[in-house]
Amino acid sequence: MNFPKDLKYTASHEWTRIEGGTATIGITDFAQGELGDIVFVELPAIGAKVSQNKPFGTVEAVKAVSDLNAPLSGEVTEINGALEGTPDVVNKDAYGAGWMVKIKLSNAAEAANLMDADGYEKMEKHGH
Amino acid sequence: MPYIPNTDQNREAMLKRIGVKSFDELVADIPAEIRLKAELKLPKALSEMETVKEVKALAGQNHPASSLISFLGGGAYDHYIPAAIDHILLRSEFYTAYTPYQAEVSQGTLQAIWEFQSLICALTGMDAANASMYDGATALAEAGILACNHTKRKQLAVAGTVHPHYRQLLATYAKGAGIEIIEIGFKDGATDLEALKKAVSDKTAGVLVQHPNFFGHLEQMDEISGLAHRSGALLAVSVDPISLGLLKSSGEYGADIVTGEGQPLGMPTSLGGPYLGLFAAKKDFLRLMPGRLVGLTTDARGQEGAVLTLQTREQHIRREKATSNICSNEALCALAATVYLSLMGRSGLKQVAGLCLQKSHYLAEKLKPAFQAPFFKEFVIRPQQPAEKLLEDLKKDGILGGLDLGKFYPGLKGHLMLAVTEKRTIEELDLIASKING
Repeated sequence: MNFPKDLKYTASHEWTRIEGGTATIGITDFAQGELGDIVFVELPAIGAKVSQNKPFGTVEAVKAVSDLNAPLSGEVTEINGALEGTPDVVNKDAYGAGWMVKIKLSNAAEAANLMDADGYEKMEKHGH
Repeated sequence: MPYIPNTDQNREAMLKRIGVKSFDELVADIPAEIRLKAELKLPKALSEMETVKEVKALAGQNHPASSLISFLGGGAYDHYIPAAIDHILLRSEFYTAYTPYQAEVSQGTLQAIWEFQSLICALTGMDAANASMYDGATALAEAGILACNHTKRKQLAVAGTVHPHYRQLLATYAKGAGIEIIEIGFKDGATDLEALKKAVSDKTAGVLVQHPNFFGHLEQMDEISGLAHRSGALLAVSVDPISLGLLKSSGEYGADIVTGEGQPLGMPTSLGGPYLGLFAAKKDFLRLMPGRLVGLTTDARGQEGAVLTLQTREQHIRREKATSNICSNEALCALAATVYLSLMGRSGLKQVAGLCLQKSHYLAEKLKPAFQAPFFKEFVIRPQQPAEKLLEDLKKDGILGGLDLGKFYPGLKGHLMLAVTEKRTIEELDLIASKING
């Protein structure tokens, strides 16, 4: 199982890479494994506002649909267009090419509510 | 499954297997004071011969459309049902088939539904159609829900010329969902465009109309489409599938969702059902569509096959976030429609529609319609005699004279609506005209 050290994590299995005032968001390797083959990702429009821990989209596998929860609050500045044609890139490379949205942060202090890689790994090991 | 009653030996063997001496032991937990102690007061059992006689007497109180000259419309019509339809429907492979959840053993059913969906797309000019809904009324309500879900708005503008039952049902759906319904008035039998213009705003999720409308008149769909879209609302239209043999397909005037009542496509009027809800939409709305969807795919061996697909929209997977509570369809009725459309083809459907148009206009000329807007197969008159009395008199002559509109529209007391299908002969048209004109 993969837990990149440079990322922050939520209890609902989203990761975020914070770079200055921008954050990139996706779902973890664990999450994609649990879901199975991903067939569709529903993402918000550019300009949409997202709130920490509130749903901003959905990820659909053959037999399940899961909400995507925002790790941080902000405004969507970019969405990963590749996911429309090849949603399974999330399965293949959850932390890289499988990124979902980029947001402009509205409240950087919220990062304190997130887990680091060790915290997330501990959560996985002990079940949830 | 056939009914096979239990013999005394069966009963004994079952009781023995369970480990009790009598049936009474099985219900011993039910308190004695609420148990029925007397024998059930049932009449003596009838023989098959006696049963048939009794049931026939009951059924004989029905007056099917086939025994009357019917001018009754208002959402369900006396169209001709080709004999081939029953031949195919009554094949036990179709008649007894269950929901095709297991694709491997259901290719016949799935392929038939896929053909149905394809035919509805071709008729309506939409990209995707589902496997059908219960009826035209619930289909239109679902269209309203979809519009609200897509736009994230909570208001629907609904034409007053939409079927009264459909509007009533929509109100029921809207109440639970917290959706506001604004009803748009009509002038001369069709939607008042000025009123519609005033009502539609950036709060409106969808504009819902019926075309031809409840009174049989054509609505101005290009204008209505423009009014809906300039405010970012979706356009949902409820159609008569027979009319699509002649009218522009809904996709051509910019409909986003097309619903309708499929009963005219090979199903009897049946005192209200089972009917066939049609639901089709542009591909942008595919994942918000309610109900069952069949798709074509290839299996692990590269063979083409059909499956139920996009089931993540449905409640058994998505629970409180499902697009609808409906995950069922009207399979046998959808099959009837598929057989009807396959048999008729484009030219046949056009011919049926043409006959309806010509015959209704032949009759209208003799009766003076109350409204001047163009109509398809239904129109409204204001007879000299009170509508109720006129209908009673016509019934005595074996004629179903039409629908008394005063029941649904207080402003239209005394008005009668007549539907003319391809079944009505010139003699029948002349007959009712002479009876009404006196």
